[in-house]
Amino acid sequence: MLELEELERSENGTCILGGVTARFAPGKLYAVLGRTGAGKTSLMKAIAGMQALDGGTVRHNGEDWAKRPPWKRAVAMVYQQFINYPHLSALDNVAFPLVRRGLRRREARERARRELERVGLGSMVDRRPSQLSGGQQQRVAIARALVKDAPILLLDEPFVNLDYKLREQFREELVGLLGAETGTVALYATTEPREALQLGDEVLLFHEGRLLEQGEPRALFAAPSTVEAARVLSDPPMNLLPIEVRAGAGNLGSLGAVGEGTRIAELPDGRYHLGLRAGDLTVGGELSGEVVLTEVSGSETITHLDTGDHELVLQEKSVVRHEVGTRVHFQPHWEAALVFGEDGRLLHGRREGGHG
Amino acid sequence: MRTLYLALKYLAILLWSSFVVFPFLWALSTSFKTANGVTSGATYLPWVDYEPSLLGWESLFGGAGGINIFGPYLNSVIVTVSASVVSLVLGTLAAYGLSRFRFRAGFVKNGDITFFFISQRILPPIVLAMPFFLMLQTLGLLDTLPGLVIVYIALLLPIAVWVMVDFFNNVPRELDEMAWLDGCNPIQTFLRVILPNSLPGLVVAGMFCLIFGWNDFFFAFTLTFTNTQLLPVAIVSLNSSVTPWWALSAACLVSVAPLLLLAFLAERFLSRGNLAGAVR
Repeated sequence: MLELEELERSENGTCILGGVTARFAPGKLYAVLGRTGAGKTSLMKAIAGMQALDGGTVRHNGEDWAKRPPWKRAVAMVYQQFINYPHLSALDNVAFPLVRRGLRRREARERARRELERVGLGSMVDRRPSQLSGGQQQRVAIARALVKDAPILLLDEPFVNLDYKLREQFREELVGLLGAETGTVALYATTEPREALQLGDEVLLFHEGRLLEQGEPRALFAAPSTVEAARVLSDPPMNLLPIEVRAGAGNLGSLGAVGEGTRIAELPDGRYHLGLRAGDLTVGGELSGEVVLTEVSGSETITHLDTGDHELVLQEKSVVRHEVGTRVHFQPHWEAALVFGEDGRLLHGRREGGHG
Repeated sequence: MRTLYLALKYLAILLWSSFVVFPFLWALSTSFKTANGVTSGATYLPWVDYEPSLLGWESLFGGAGGINIFGPYLNSVIVTVSASVVSLVLGTLAAYGLSRFRFRAGFVKNGDITFFFISQRILPPIVLAMPFFLMLQTLGLLDTLPGLVIVYIALLLPIAVWVMVDFFNNVPRELDEMAWLDGCNPIQTFLRVILPNSLPGLVVAGMFCLIFGWNDFFFAFTLTFTNTQLLPVAIVSLNSSVTPWWALSAACLVSVAPLLLLAFLAERFLSRGNLAGAVR
């Protein structure tokens, strides 16, 4: 069991880690989700002992690691850059940690060879890192991390520098590779909500050095506890609409009145925020907005609409070309909307069986 | 068009090569001339323009009016190589420390310590001559090889630190961190991971140390009398009321030969060892 308690770190007045407390059980993959600079790498380096802390403790199986230097921590890490020892062959790169641990060179090389075969580099063991492609270099780095059988495996955006296709392939392979490491606590840092929700047994949401929330992916997606958590989890960005509710209904201007058949009808009078994910708007219907921008991401289309008093983001699960300046009709599915109080805390999560 | 481009390219290479090689050819030609050959206008081809003579070369190896270059040559090799090796070892260790760890004593930080090393090269040699002289005199090391080695270490260490700090600053720290996680403590990280990948930096720093050490005349001259003589001082001692250009040319060629050889060897190492594949 890996336990973090109140990890604190700030640099020049900027919060790098703000009172991070979390527990990680062996055999699970934890997705650490946050934007760039959210504190994901700092968290991993703190666990590895490479990030000086202003306060807090890292405990592994009850032992405080405060005085344990990185080279004595049972941690393996894969960076987003492809880091390997340039002077060693792929085989010796992977055998290196085993030799350092005291294994005889021959035995270490044998295990390294097996590990390289597992990651699909069995035929390239004698090549130097500079003679390998980016994807192959990262496979070597992954093999070196896995060969150690470390109880803690830190994966810091390991596939971010690979192309789209390779990333998909690696993701699938990783799940298979980690499946074998049953006793390992694996942390996987990512900036992509979809990746986090797809890979993680649990997801940790980070923002500006703080852990906003930790939980099971489906539960988190359905009911993020704050607006900020919902934002971190939403890609494309969530539509956040301020609304004033009177007698169980509210008016959203160009989007019309909202109330009956939604959570809004149950709310006491007051000001709220409705969080409507881009996928909870579908094309067609009475409402319309002017196309400001269209982006195609993979096999999906994300369209930014201006309705006059609101800017909305709409997501379609197909590649569509909406000309800028034209009007697109859409239908919001208010029953799927998240309801946040004025202070940003979640009041009502996504209804089970809601749209999408 | 392509032919013209190639012609221009080779012309440029030819011009530059001539510019670099010509002084050596000139010195080589002069080293085989006599006083008449040197003073009777520009001549280039032996046996055609002038009658070649071994006078210049003989005067380097105990000939009449000359010197025996073996002793000073060996002294220069001993002093330069020893001082360079010690400077490189100490300088590399200091540079790695300055590049990777934070030091602070009051207002003095890493940058100040690095500048302290380099600042010794900013001072004009004459400022250092007197303290060095007094130090060696006190230690009884004036006019000795160990004395010169100590002084040359002080002169070459800043160069090694300067080059290697810059080199290590460009080696990704993630490489160190990865070695830590693979079980290396900082010393093992340096010896097993960083040092094997530092060949280009070491070659450059070593080259600078050897060149500066080999070519120094000032300290070799001011800190020695009769017992110990280094090559530059021996070459200058060839000079008399009539400048023996033939002997000086031969001495220059002999003096510059090891540096040329070094440059050829180092160039291979420079292109071979690099950090490609460390971090991408």
